[in-house]
Amino acid sequence: MALLQISEPGQSTAPHQHRFAAGIDLGTTNSLVATVRSGQASVLPDDQGRVILPSVVHYSADGVSAIGHEAAAIAVEDPFNTLASVKRLIGRSAEEIAESLHASQLRLEPAADTVPRISTAAGAKTAIEVSAEILGALRERAERSLGGDLAGVVITVPAYFDDTQRQATRDAARFAGLNVYRLVNEPTAAAIAYGLDQGEGESTIAVYDLGGGTFDISILKLSKGVFEVLSTAGDTSLGGDDMDHALVAWLMQGAGLESLDASGQRGLMQQARQIKHELTTAQKVACDLSESGQSWQGEITRAQFDELIAPLLDRTLKACRKALRDAGLRAEGIDAVVMVGGSTRVPAVRDAVAGFFKREVMTDIDPDEVVAIGAALQADVLAGNKPDSDMLLLDVVPLSLGLETMGGLAEQIVPRNTTIPVTRAQEFTTYKDGQSAMSLHVVQGERDLVADCRSLGRFELRGIPPMVAGQARIVVKFQIDADGLLTVSAVEQTSGVAAEVHIKPSYGLSEPEIEQMLVDSLENAEVDVAARMLSEQRVEADRALEALDSALARDADQYLQADERKNIDAAREAVLTARTDGDTESIKQAIKALERASESYVARRMNASVTEAMRGKTLDEYKTLQDQAP
Amino acid sequence: MAITLTDAAASHVRNFIDNRGKGIGLRLAVRTTGCSGMAYVLEFADEVDDGDVVFEDNDVKVVIDRKSLVYLDGTELDFGKEGLNEGFKFNNPNVKDECGCGESFNV
Repeated sequence: MALLQISEPGQSTAPHQHRFAAGIDLGTTNSLVATVRSGQASVLPDDQGRVILPSVVHYSADGVSAIGHEAAAIAVEDPFNTLASVKRLIGRSAEEIAESLHASQLRLEPAADTVPRISTAAGAKTAIEVSAEILGALRERAERSLGGDLAGVVITVPAYFDDTQRQATRDAARFAGLNVYRLVNEPTAAAIAYGLDQGEGESTIAVYDLGGGTFDISILKLSKGVFEVLSTAGDTSLGGDDMDHALVAWLMQGAGLESLDASGQRGLMQQARQIKHELTTAQKVACDLSESGQSWQGEITRAQFDELIAPLLDRTLKACRKALRDAGLRAEGIDAVVMVGGSTRVPAVRDAVAGFFKREVMTDIDPDEVVAIGAALQADVLAGNKPDSDMLLLDVVPLSLGLETMGGLAEQIVPRNTTIPVTRAQEFTTYKDGQSAMSLHVVQGERDLVADCRSLGRFELRGIPPMVAGQARIVVKFQIDADGLLTVSAVEQTSGVAAEVHIKPSYGLSEPEIEQMLVDSLENAEVDVAARMLSEQRVEADRALEALDSALARDADQYLQADERKNIDAAREAVLTARTDGDTESIKQAIKALERASESYVARRMNASVTEAMRGKTLDEYKTLQDQAP
Repeated sequence: MAITLTDAAASHVRNFIDNRGKGIGLRLAVRTTGCSGMAYVLEFADEVDDGDVVFEDNDVKVVIDRKSLVYLDGTELDFGKEGLNEGFKFNNPNVKDECGCGESFNV
């Protein structure tokens, strides 16, 4: 007998048509999966009731031998084949991760290609493959819990993940056989879990995420259902583990221990963690140490512990200050503070954050589960299980996208903060007579000059039929799907020739870089306008010269007298000089002078072509022609 | 004529309605789709329509349209677990046979 869930009114699905969806928090240390059943979001436990899956995979010669708790247990005896914290490596190059690897015991394969591979007993593994194993284990758990296949999932990623890292996460999901509805930023998911996306109007939210080994602070702005990441800051090597280390040092000092062997160290770490957990509720905890033949009984109070971790908390608050500054906000400007990560259970952490933001912090939802819960809520909406889809979260383009036009100018086609998915098209034309190809340069940024923007890619449209300059109609379409993948296509309307390119926007751009580019665009607004005008005037000069030269080449002998020709040549030379050395105004004047010098020549050519058109036609035919003329 | 809920089912329904923050109870119905004739519908009820019958059992209001009641009369709604999976079960005395999955049935 099938087990049924309660649907929203009118949202019941036909048998076997259930749209099961799940939210996955793919963490550095731990991962979780959550789903919405009968309208309630909850994390899904495994057979033994454990909701957390350690993000650890163990490989033996036969392949994957254990995932999660079982793999973590083997880590000590077989460190080289036990891969943990691969999230630090995903989507990054071998050079970038050399630093991260330094701390761990993983061995990197000699770089055969750009994707770094980790040596294991089962061969070389990429971070994507390892992540796929973790996702696969969560998928299996979710499908057994729901009694059917998953229609799709939402996976959370850190707000600072760049496009390569996001794409790598997506690839891992594909390897695990998952359909990814969307990747959602972790702080955004936490805000959704608290229902902060349901509010009317605008609000600014701080998400303080202190995990086992990483700290992130994100400032989000919510307006009209769109979450915008205003700023992020943090420390990739700061977390609950550091609290444990501080406690271990204190214990060793108290017990008069100088050093410990590896197993003693591990034992003491475990004990420190236990003490930390107990101090969450207790005011003091007894410590009973028996290491290396020595034994020591002591006691630690919460106040003592708070003192030990105070330097760590100061570091997190410093990052909070930076995030606020980057967002151009003061602590008073924050409407809500969401706490994420197991380490935020420590009372001193809550107090410090509440004190810093001068408001109560949100802790009702289990801080380990809150991100997965938010992802599950979002997945439920994307699966179409909620009737009021206005809760649909939208992503935005972080920086404007555009094309390079003549003169090295950037023409914005999709302005920044446009919600995606989006399609925008604009018409361009040829610049020279008989131009048969067009080079399209896709750029991202807020500045007017291409040189100050980020180049995303180039492609060429070939096979444009020969036409007079300005007659070709080339429609360039920018299309960004819900995943942020940009496709730029160009089609020449009369002939239908087409070309396109796929681009990952914000490729390689980090949040601070985006931030910097925005600041630059504001600070340089005046410079940019002047540069744009100069550049436009130069293009104008080129156009005038181009038209003149092509006319001269055709019929100069026929319509021009020597002295006239001399005048035109002089004016032409003046335009050329002004174009290279002059400012906007002098180029403008030179073009005008050239127009005056060639006035009668142009008039003569014009008359001749009209006469040509009339020749051999009767008066009636001529009249018809005239009537048709605009 | 009656529809009943087991204690487990009732406490879960109350919990889900609380969590949802609105709703007067539970709507049961049958739909003529599915691989073996009829399919169960289980939804939150926000309102009672004309032609609905309302039962109350174990502090839960059950809303059901008259036509569906013919197929569901005497049903006991239960909540159970099968491995990791959990959810509601219809113990319907009118059922003659059901498809392998139990999501649809014949009377």
